[in-house]
Amino acid sequence: MQVPEKMMEGKAHVASLDAEHELEVEDPSGVPPLERPTSRRMTLNMGPQHPSTHGVLRVLLELDGETILNARPEIGYLHTGIEKECEVKKYQQVIPLTDRVDYLANLNNNLCYSLAVEKLLALEIPPKAQWMRVMLCELTRLASHLIWLATHALDIGAMTVYFYCFREREEILKVFEMFSGQRMMTSYIRIGGLALEPPRGWHKAVSQLVERLARGIDEYEALLTNNPIWLNRTKGIGMLPVDLMIELGVTGPMLRAAGIQRDARKHFPHSSYDKFEFEIPTRTANDVYARFEVRMEEMRQSVRIVRQALEGMPEGPWRADAQHVLLPDREQMKTQMEALIYHFKLVTEGFRVPEGSVYQVTESPRGELAYYVVSDGTANPHRVFMRTPSFGNLQALGAMLEGVLIADSIAVMGSMDFVLGDVDR
Amino acid sequence: MLPETVSGNSDAEAIDQQFPQAIVDVKVEPDGPVLYIAPSEIVAVCRLLKQSCGFERLSAVTGVDWWPRAPRFEVVYFLHSLSRNARLRLVVRLGEHESIESVTSVWRGANWYEREVFDLFGITFRNHSNLERIMMPADWEGHPLRKDYPVHGHKYSYGDE
Repeated sequence: MQVPEKMMEGKAHVASLDAEHELEVEDPSGVPPLERPTSRRMTLNMGPQHPSTHGVLRVLLELDGETILNARPEIGYLHTGIEKECEVKKYQQVIPLTDRVDYLANLNNNLCYSLAVEKLLALEIPPKAQWMRVMLCELTRLASHLIWLATHALDIGAMTVYFYCFREREEILKVFEMFSGQRMMTSYIRIGGLALEPPRGWHKAVSQLVERLARGIDEYEALLTNNPIWLNRTKGIGMLPVDLMIELGVTGPMLRAAGIQRDARKHFPHSSYDKFEFEIPTRTANDVYARFEVRMEEMRQSVRIVRQALEGMPEGPWRADAQHVLLPDREQMKTQMEALIYHFKLVTEGFRVPEGSVYQVTESPRGELAYYVVSDGTANPHRVFMRTPSFGNLQALGAMLEGVLIADSIAVMGSMDFVLGDVDR
Repeated sequence: MLPETVSGNSDAEAIDQQFPQAIVDVKVEPDGPVLYIAPSEIVAVCRLLKQSCGFERLSAVTGVDWWPRAPRFEVVYFLHSLSRNARLRLVVRLGEHESIESVTSVWRGANWYEREVFDLFGITFRNHSNLERIMMPADWEGHPLRKDYPVHGHKYSYGDE
């Protein structure tokens, strides 16, 4: 694969930072920092309750003065055994668990799991349901990026942005509540379509929301994009050679800020994403600022997708015609014996899924989200594995923090946008 | 000799040409072919796929427990090629007390995924630089994702408190 030459300078940058450091110059023996006597070095325990780690992450930092020589992330504090629990649930009962994996991008998780099971069932999803899914997933992406921007800016000291972002995010959550009755754990995307019929007046509510979001994004950019403090804190830090990033499993906006134009929405299209016009923003600087630029541009592209969904929303049913998988209409249940039997069977026994396995890849706001669902032919999944983007991205944290000043580590961590629920599952 | 179902697949053919004994079985799943690799050949096959078939990335590694069936475990490797925009799944079948060579020498990113499989399934990866528990506490007993491990745990269930 072609790797831009500029990217390869990342490691050199880390080395030069180290060389310029005054402690390095003072040391007459010329012993490399990691091999010096331990009395010169200090181990600092960051987390698991450190506010800037956005969850229970512990990072063991080895410091020489203020320079990080070695960083070791320790995870698992939020491990709740979701994958194990999936195995004792029926296929449709897994949906609420997927909400709780990445709680800032719950609909993307619903979608990825549903797509995997639908592939095993060979279910055809009607266009309206697919477009609705796309629209809601893009709104989730916007909500998730707003939280990232809010907390990332707050970490670096820009408090106003935090309030602006949460103001707009609340509006998105109101729309989710309108659709599903829940603000955050919506479980709105189900196997075979959606959970409920889209509510009356959704079109107007979403149109007003996107207009507001488009204005909001301009406001955040006005506050940050050319702000000298923001530029000083974010430019030229957190770089890593791009081939190392790929090997360590980094995906999503971080990889796109390193010049790799890869997005599962374009490269493994699903749910009618190929019918929408949007661009995959990339940058080549590969630093914290480039990640900021990429995510801001992604928000604009998401607004664009939602607008297209509003304009071209197809008519028709909002879920698949599959009696053996989906609960019957309330109306039919009260008038038809057969529908009542299906309802009883589905609720008590669930539905069987043919033997096989599927690895379904989608693009979550954080990167490559994939569900590996293995079926043994019963009504419970034999194994559900979640390839979560935060886990892969966090693996690069150690390498990314080497040679960085401790104050900058906060900016670097913020730019990674990990969710610890997504890491630990 | 490759089965007909994957005869057109360039990756399977490349493996078969270099390591004729490596592919022990083939399945075609709804999202494409799955190659079952002999445990002893996995590192060589992965290196070949990375170097000559363009799979720069290892998307993930995970395990599946088929207890009480034998061989009990499957270790699944999800490969991804950015340059070819292709994906490939490799599976290695392992018995209960068997171990497998780590692929961290091929992709550094396999490190955490293999630790996770070790932690949750108890499968040992040889020549792994830091094979410790990653999700569960270091002194945890048992491997939670094994099928004979109760959902509510052995020791710390609510009833005991």
